[in-house]
Formats: sequence, C-alpha cells, structure tokens
Amino acid sequence: MQTTEDAKGGRMSTEGTRPEAAADQGGRAAVVPGAVGGADLVIENVSKRFAAFTAVDDLSLTIPSGSFFALLGPSGCGKSTTLRIVAGLEQPSEGTLRIGDEDVTDLPSHRRPVNTVFQSYALFPHMSVLDNVAFGLKQRKVADAVARAKEALELVELGHLANRRPAQLSGGQQQRVALARAVVNRPQVLLLDEPLGALDMKLRRQMQVELKQIQIELGLTFVHVTHDQEEAMTMADVVAVMNHGRIEQMGAPRELYELPKTAFVANFLGKSNLMHGKVVGRDGDYLQVEAAGGLQRVRADRAVAETGDVVLGVRPEKMRIFTAGEETVPAGHNRLDGTIVDASFTGVSTEYLVEVPGVGTVGTFTQNMGQVTGKAGEPAVMCWDPDFTFGLAGDDDVAAGAAERDA
Amino acid sequence: MRAPASRRPEPAENLSAAEQKAEKARGRIGVGLIVPGFVFLLLFFAAPVFVLLAMSLYAKPPGAETGVFVPAFEVSNYVVALSEYWVPLLRSFLFAGIATVLALIIGYTMAYLVAVRLRQHKLLAAILLVILIAPFFSSFVLRTQAWKQILSDEGFVVEALRFVAILPEDGRLTATSIAVVAGLTYNFLPFMTLPIYASLERLDTRLLEAAGDLFASPMTAFRKVTLPLSMPGVFAGTLLTFIPASGDYINATILGNNRDTAMIGQVIDSRFFKIVDYPMAAALSTVLMVVILILVMAYIRKFGTKELF
Ligand SMILES: Nc1ncnc2c1ncn2[C@@H]1O[C@H](COP(=O)(O)OP(=O)(O)O)[C@@H](O)[C@H]1O
Ligand SMILES: [Mg+2]
Repeated sequence: MQTTEDAKGGRMSTEGTRPEAAADQGGRAAVVPGAVGGADLVIENVSKRFAAFTAVDDLSLTIPSGSFFALLGPSGCGKSTTLRIVAGLEQPSEGTLRIGDEDVTDLPSHRRPVNTVFQSYALFPHMSVLDNVAFGLKQRKVADAVARAKEALELVELGHLANRRPAQLSGGQQQRVALARAVVNRPQVLLLDEPLGALDMKLRRQMQVELKQIQIELGLTFVHVTHDQEEAMTMADVVAVMNHGRIEQMGAPRELYELPKTAFVANFLGKSNLMHGKVVGRDGDYLQVEAAGGLQRVRADRAVAETGDVVLGVRPEKMRIFTAGEETVPAGHNRLDGTIVDASFTGVSTEYLVEVPGVGTVGTFTQNMGQVTGKAGEPAVMCWDPDFTFGLAGDDDVAAGAAERDA
Repeated sequence: MRAPASRRPEPAENLSAAEQKAEKARGRIGVGLIVPGFVFLLLFFAAPVFVLLAMSLYAKPPGAETGVFVPAFEVSNYVVALSEYWVPLLRSFLFAGIATVLALIIGYTMAYLVAVRLRQHKLLAAILLVILIAPFFSSFVLRTQAWKQILSDEGFVVEALRFVAILPEDGRLTATSIAVVAGLTYNFLPFMTLPIYASLERLDTRLLEAAGDLFASPMTAFRKVTLPLSMPGVFAGTLLTFIPASGDYINATILGNNRDTAMIGQVIDSRFFKIVDYPMAAALSTVLMVVILILVMAYIRKFGTKELF
C-alpha cells in the first residue's frame, strides 16, 4: 500500500500545489498568498531595542521575490531578531514591514504569509512527523492537508518516517521535517534561522545543496540567516552582511567578495590584506596611493574615497610571491617587499605569511605548480594587478571582522 | 531458530568468569537495595490490607460485648455496608469529583500563570510558587478549622453574601455541601497544581512561537500544544486529588453536618472509633478501596495509555 502511494507522490511539482488552491479552500485573507514569488519583502527603517540595547538599528532592506537571500553576520549581530520581526514573533520598536503592497507591521504572526525554519527546529514532540508537517495546512483548513504533507515529506525524502515522533529521528532528519513543515505552506517568504547550524560538516554541505534545489524547484523567497560566510556565498543570490544591527553591505556574493566597501566585509567575507595609505595623485582611472613605503594604485571607481587617507585592500589569492631578487613584477603592478615569517605547505598550495614594514603581516598563497619558493626568514616580493585593489575609508578599522570570521 | 533468536540477550555462558562474578555482585547489591523497601511494604501495606480484608468478614457473636468479634466468613457484612451506606459512598465520589474539577480549573490557571506567563519574571514567579506551596507548611486540620471560622454564620463571607443577596437572610455556608466541597478543593489544590506546574515549567515556549508561525492563534496554540504537553501533569494532579479526596473525612467532619454532607470516610471513622463496629468499618474501607481502584483503572485506561510526554 505504502509503496504505491510513495511512488505516486514522487517529487513535488510546483504546479499541483499552488497556493491559490489554498485560497479557494477558504483560508483567512491575510495568510492567503497570491501567486508564487509574487511579492517583495520590504523592511523599512526597522529598529529593535531591548531596554537600552539596540539589536537592530534602522535597518532597510528589500528582498526581491523568488530570491535566495542570505543574512550573514557574526553571532549577536541581530540576525535572529530581524527574522523574528519579519515572522511577527517580535514587534519592531520602529519602522514598517511590507510584503508586496500589504503593510504587515501590526499583523500577528499567525496571520502573516511567512513561515520559519527554526534553529532549534521546534518540532511538536507530541505529534507524528506527518502531523507536524500538516499542522500549518490544517490551521488554514486546506482540504487535502494530509496528502500535501505527505508530498512535502517526499520532497525532503522522509516519506517513510511519516508516523515517527520527532524524538525518534536524527538531527538531520529533524532538520528536514522542520523544512518540510515550513515549505508545505508555500509561504510568500520562508525564513531560515541558521537551519544547518546543528548539523555536522558533511551533512551541512549536503543540505546546502538540497536547500538550494528546493528553493529553485518551488520558486519561493528564502531568507537564510547564517554566520557561515561560505554557506552564504555558495547558496545565496544576494547576501547582506550584517554587523551591530546594521547592514554593512549587500549584493551578489561575487560583488561583495571582489569589492568590499568596509573593512568588516573585507575581513568577514573571506580574508583580505589591508594597509593604510594616503592619496597623493591621480593617473587616469587610477588613484596613486602612498602605502607600505611605495606608490600603489587603485582604480578610482573601486575606492570609497578619492582623496586623503584611505585603506587599500587586496585578496590573498590575487597576489603573487617571489623570492627577493628573482621577482618579475609586471609594469604598473602594485608591489610589497617583506620577510617571510611562515610558509606552510598544504599540498594543493603553499600559504605564506609575510611581514611587511608599515603594513604588518600579509597573507598570500601560491598554487602548487612544482615550484619551490621561499622559506621562513627569507626576503620576498609580492605583487598584484592594481585592478584587484579596493579602497576603503581611511578611518576604517583594518582588524574589523577578522576575529568574528574565525570565531 | 529463526530471526527472533538474534534478539535475545547474550547468554551468560558468553561472559568471562570475572564478568560473571561482577554481574553476580551487582545482582546481590540490587537485591540488597530492594529488600528494605519490600519488607516495609509487606509490613505496613500488605499485612494491614490482609488484616483489613479478614476483619471485614468477621462476625459479631450474638450477645457479645461491644468490640468483640470472631473470625468468620460473614459476606453479609458487604451487603449491609452497600445497602446502608451507598448514599455517603456515592456522595464521596460526587464531592471528590466536583472538587477535582474545581481544583483542576483553579490549579491549571495558577500553574499556567506562574510557569508560562510569568516565566520571564523569575522573582514574581518564585514568590507565587511559594504562596502556592505555603499552605503545605501548616496542618491540614488547622487550615480546615480556619475555613470553618471564615465560613461561619458570623463571618464576613456569609455576611457579605447575604448583603448582596446571593445567600438568603437565613442562608449559611458552614454545615453545607458547598463548604465541604470548597474545603476539599482548597485542601487538595497543591496536589493538583504542583504536577501541572512541573509539566508546564518544562514546556518549551518556542513551540508556541512555532505554532503561531504556522497560523495557529494563541488560543489554538494553547489547545494544540500547551494542553497536550501538560497532560502528564493534569493526569497526575487529578489522580492525586481525586483519590485522597474521596476517602477524606476531615473536611466533611469540620465543615459539614452529619446528615446530608456525610462522606464515606466519616462513616468509616465513626464505625471504627465511636461505634466500634470493626467488621463494618473494614468492609466499608474495602468497598471504598475497590471502587477507587476500579475508577482509577478506568481513568488510566481511557487517558493514561496514550503516549504521554
Ligand atoms: N529578548 C531579548 N532581550 C534582550 N536582548 C536580546 C533579546 N533577544 C536578543 N537580544 C540581544 O540582541 C542581540 C542580537 O541577538 P540575535 O538577533 O539573536 O543575534 P544573532 O541571531 O545575530 O546571533 C544579542 O546581543 C542579544 O543578546
Ligand atoms: Mg541567531
């Protein structure tokens, strides 16, 4: 019996389970979504204060419908609070929230077309897996709630465990149930609060791929909160980097990585080598910056300031390193001279830490092409294409975000 | 020898000599730990129950002095017990039932307030919890006597109720069924409240947020999540209230009259200590015990076998 049903269920088709069907069955007006991916989520000047502490600080965001949006930031920066405000579990101190044209700021959570995958999963322990998944549909009085719940369980490949209790499942399975319980409602916005946080690394990577597939398959808007920068970059269409209750920078992963606008983003989202400098002139599209005892160049359109003090940055993999005296620095490239303090061979590459006077420790690596370059204690020369340089505000803290990234 | 064989525990022969010795020693310690409790139960529970059962079948020889009975098999004791005293017996269960329902309503509300609503306000919750338990520290009889004072004809409660015409001019509270049920409710309230509190205190309120997130109104979330998850407490509380309340005689004695509020405990008490009719008292006790047992079994069958959390 079970097998035939399973076979029929198969993977869920977006077509057969459109939310309009739910609307026809007579849910409450406010929770009935329109077309799939129909509405943007707009957060406008939202603040949240707990007593004197500001957890979310004048946050404004537009999350396009149908996108996979990642909210990335270190622990305690206000990500969960932001999600809880969107879900209606927390009332903002200020600001408004809109989904499409509807102002949902004052709507209680049970009337919002939003569902959440909680970090703790929050599965109902006294209900079967199937009843957990059917819960939302039953609240909205969807006629074929159980059938749809079964489909959703098939989608996360847990159809065979429908009658178990949550406590009888592994962490990874519970995570999938939590996901199924939320997506089955086809919310206009699906909120995921560090959904993979409790999983081990291997399962995490696997679930990242599956989550992304499900999002594409269903065409839902996902707002995914994480403190894992790799997770955010591999999964999201748009990443917003959050720090101290504010958005530092927002954009496509590559955009953020290649052109960070603050030291926090430069350090938190991958590593960066940052150095203080002063703009001394202009050479066509490039600013000439005096830094690290030499003249470096940065494209003016990649710098946040064009005069005065600046901070220059470059990603470690954009640099090349030579033993001093053997360098071949192309004309017009930026150059740093220093002493190797550490060289660690990892097989695929060798990672170098180079002490550069006036800058500090600079990190870089070379791909293993059979060459043997440099040992600790030896002088070295590094260079890179000035087009890879980015310029930050001169008063930015070059250490910002580094500790949080490694936490 | 098919599949089930593999599921059997490892036979003892597979264990090494040292392991076997350790196993035996552990076994001996286990037995040693069980023995005192077992002896206690035998001495103070099984033996008295046996004596009680035996006594309920004793006979009073014709013309014997008060308090003299001889061993017999006088089943008619039970016939008399049931035919003469079915009214107080029934009343006991009725009063205990009403008191249990009232205590459930009051106790659940209090437990919910302290354990869920005031969870963030640690100090306030602690104070309320102490107030909840405080009555435990004074004597049961003393508290019931105090209620007698409070509900007395000259007390302010009766006067106030008369003033607002809820009670007629000559109406009273003491020596009424209302007073007895109120006393039972009050006295057993902590037995109801504490187990419910214990299970509500463990309730993960994030589940309520999840229910809200899944379109359940606060009322529905309570019905679908809070209430089912607190059922073990409700179950324990109702049993802990109903069982002792149905056998109680102090409330009926102090707050009732001897006519239309008499409970079976009161009758047993007077059979034992005033009239000195041991076989009848023992037969009534046995009937009470058996009826409670049957009621509790039915209750457990109906609600207790569902998986409880
Ligand atoms: N209910 C609350 N009361 C007081 N402070 C809170 C509350 N919720 C969150 N905070 C504080 O707000 C900050 C942001 O919390 P949160 O949004 O959970 O961060 P994140 O999810 O990014 O780790 C933290 O410093 C946290 O201590
Ligand atoms: Mg969080």
